[in-house]
Amino acid sequence: MTDTPALEVDDLRKTYSSGTQALQGVSLRVAPGDFFALLGPNGAGKSTLIGIISSLVNPSGGDARVFGVSIRENRSEAMKLIGLVPQEINFNQFEKPFDICVNAAGFYGIPRSIAVQRAEKYLKELRLWEKRDQPARMLSGGMKRRLMIARAMMNEPKLLILDEPTAGVDIEIRRSMWQFVTGINAAGTTVILTTHYLEEAEQLCRNIAIIDHGRIVENTTMKALLSKLDVETFVLDTSVLPESLPQVTGIKVRRMDDHTLEADMARGHDLNSLFTALTEINVTVTSMRNKANRLEELFVRLVENNNKEARA
Amino acid sequence: MSSNAALNMVALGTIVRREVMRIVRIWSQTLIPPAITSTLYFIIFGAVIGSHMGTVHGFAYMAYLAPGLVMMSVINNSYGNITSSFFGAKFQRFVEEMLVSPMPSWVILAGYIIGAMVRGLTLGVVVMLIALLFTHLHIAHPLITLTTAMLTSMVFALAGFVNAVFAKKFDDIAIIPTFVLAPLTYLGGVFFSISQIGEPWHTISLANPILYMVNGFRYGVLGISDVNIGVAYAVMLFFAVVLSAFGMWLLKRGIGMRS
Repeated sequence: MTDTPALEVDDLRKTYSSGTQALQGVSLRVAPGDFFALLGPNGAGKSTLIGIISSLVNPSGGDARVFGVSIRENRSEAMKLIGLVPQEINFNQFEKPFDICVNAAGFYGIPRSIAVQRAEKYLKELRLWEKRDQPARMLSGGMKRRLMIARAMMNEPKLLILDEPTAGVDIEIRRSMWQFVTGINAAGTTVILTTHYLEEAEQLCRNIAIIDHGRIVENTTMKALLSKLDVETFVLDTSVLPESLPQVTGIKVRRMDDHTLEADMARGHDLNSLFTALTEINVTVTSMRNKANRLEELFVRLVENNNKEARA
Repeated sequence: MSSNAALNMVALGTIVRREVMRIVRIWSQTLIPPAITSTLYFIIFGAVIGSHMGTVHGFAYMAYLAPGLVMMSVINNSYGNITSSFFGAKFQRFVEEMLVSPMPSWVILAGYIIGAMVRGLTLGVVVMLIALLFTHLHIAHPLITLTTAMLTSMVFALAGFVNAVFAKKFDDIAIIPTFVLAPLTYLGGVFFSISQIGEPWHTISLANPILYMVNGFRYGVLGISDVNIGVAYAVMLFFAVVLSAFGMWLLKRGIGMRS
């Protein structure tokens, strides 16, 4: 595999005409083949960064290179390598999904005969083939989001950027979308994802950058970031729980309902004392899992710290 | 053909195809109303009022009017097509499909211009055919007829593009046609010869670029003109070059499209 990064952002800056500094010198690097999360609160600069990379926003300074191709010096070549799924619906609502996909391929110079084959392939893979001849405005919200993914795949990009693709999408469709995206990532496409569903990023992404107030406040591997958590939360499914729970040294136990409790414990602390205490009150543990939204805690912590620093 | 040139041709063909499909898809808005309006002009100004007008430069008023109405249709439809289509693309944000693609700016501009010219010139032919129901026309200079119609269509497609780029709401694409284009067209020699009006209106009319386009086309069809045909071409080419350069600059800077 080549060492050229899929994306290299170098001191990227953006000041809007209103005076808002959306990006204040952002630099980051995404390895080829990566599944990369770009997280941040609303207004942090994520969409501006994605807008600059995909040439929808003019940068005020700095540069970005897509597989070594500068977006400032060779925009056309760089754009050939990118597929973008934007946050807002941005296709012609009066056109049919099939035409939207075929036209999108045409804009990349892909001959119609090939575009037609690809449209069929991706509309089928994203379960939209049956809807191919309906006006796009008739599609449901989830279908519109999937259509934008199919459209972004028409040039078979080496770098796929997904800007909150699952916002407002139900869980089943979200899962089928992730199945598709993890599939193309496994086939070699680099994926950059922004999302507000942090458990999504935690499950899917290998590397992560957190952006806040136009600056990168964290850029590391998901594993390294999660290892910073000094407290872990476990969810235990149990037989019927009594009203009062046992006190266990080093473990904070919460009763969620008659059959579920959550236990916060310091990293490295053993669970034996909790199991012993539960056994003493005749509570049986039927299953146990790690709480999935660990990233949320870290995210909130990082953003809060950054806000404190910004105020100081 | 180099690889990039071939890609650009595919992209250009895609935009033109999409524009033509749009014209056909909404034919009841794009093709029928202009044809009805022109027919009414022929009936009212040509058959009813025109029968009392006598001749203009040796031609029956109906024959004199026909090239003017053809050009009015070309102008209005070239302009109207691109403003509604490009502003619609901005409004629904699907202009972004093109902005994120590798297409150079000239391909986007050329695609929309050709699309607008297809509608403008199609309606020009339709109005010419309607004219033939009312009068006999013999094309005096076919090449001049064709080139003046094409250049005029191109100029107003470009002007419409500029309007659409700066428009922020639908009102903004209605203001120019209503308050600028319509008066200039009506006073641009569509219905009368400027030799029939006195000073200062005769001199003022010479500052109206549409006068040169209408008369250039009328020279092509009838062989008569109120202005020098060379000057008419110079005016059309001047606006075509200036507006093309301005349109390219707007697209490259992303004005009205990129943040």
